[in-house]
Amino acid sequence: MPSSEEIYARVRDVLVDALGLEDDEVTPEATLIGDLGAESIDFLDIVFRLEKEFDIKIPRGELFPENLAAADSGLVEDGKVTPEGIEQLREKMPHADIDRFAQDPQVSAIPDLFTVDMICRFLASRLS
Amino acid sequence: MRWYWIDRFIELESGSHARAVKNVSLAEEHLHDHFPGFPVMPASLIIEGLAQTGGILLGEARNFRDNVILAKVPRMEFHDVAVPGDQLIYSAQLQDIREEGGSVTVQADVGDRRIADGEIMFVHLSTDDPQLSRINQRAFVFQTNLLDRSADNPVPDAAGGPASAAEKQS
Repeated sequence: MPSSEEIYARVRDVLVDALGLEDDEVTPEATLIGDLGAESIDFLDIVFRLEKEFDIKIPRGELFPENLAAADSGLVEDGKVTPEGIEQLREKMPHADIDRFAQDPQVSAIPDLFTVDMICRFLASRLS
Repeated sequence: MRWYWIDRFIELESGSHARAVKNVSLAEEHLHDHFPGFPVMPASLIIEGLAQTGGILLGEARNFRDNVILAKVPRMEFHDVAVPGDQLIYSAQLQDIREEGGSVTVQADVGDRRIADGEIMFVHLSTDDPQLSRINQRAFVFQTNLLDRSADNPVPDAAGGPASAAEKQS
């Protein structure tokens, strides 16, 4: 199994190619959408590249779940994700930093759960 | 004017690769504006032709059951220009295909001159999406016999409808 440093370096290269970035723009804490400018279609591109780079299959929704805490899901109140919703996020996104999110669970902050580090942790668990 | 930026396919290996021809002609009006006195095939339309080649390759691989929509051009590099009288050969190789979409690598060549190469990504949208009700990808391909009028695969007789053309290519 590759070391976490190796995984990070390869993920960084994938993101540089997929999002047209410079190497130094990618950091472990960077959010894909907010910091790195990813758009929805880029997620599929990233999945394609990760599959190729790491020779794995990533089923739909496993790395980047869709329709998280939609307004009609009953898991959102007053713009915040409810405790039940947070539990559901933990299940759907086991590699994201849900603890930090739970301190102020604004729905608008959900996209920030998609970070470079989340991808690395997902891959570390898949490759172990 | 119809939005066709390939003239015909010369090869289609289902689920693998395809090649199409685009003949560049001075009769095409846009060449007179691009550029006055120096007509060259616009790079954007070369990308469109490459996307049509790759998009049909992808659509055919799933028997045209999705609307294949150009979503992203992760990389495209241009090395030379194509001018009136040139015959562009567009090649596409299927790299990925899954429920949500697919990707191809592409090249445009005139003879042994490489004009462009790159990657193109597509997404699959459901054919019952109301916003797409007017798009008929199967008709795009078959009403013009894009796949049939190739040297190795002449125009079928009247009995050969779209379905049989798809089967023939698969």
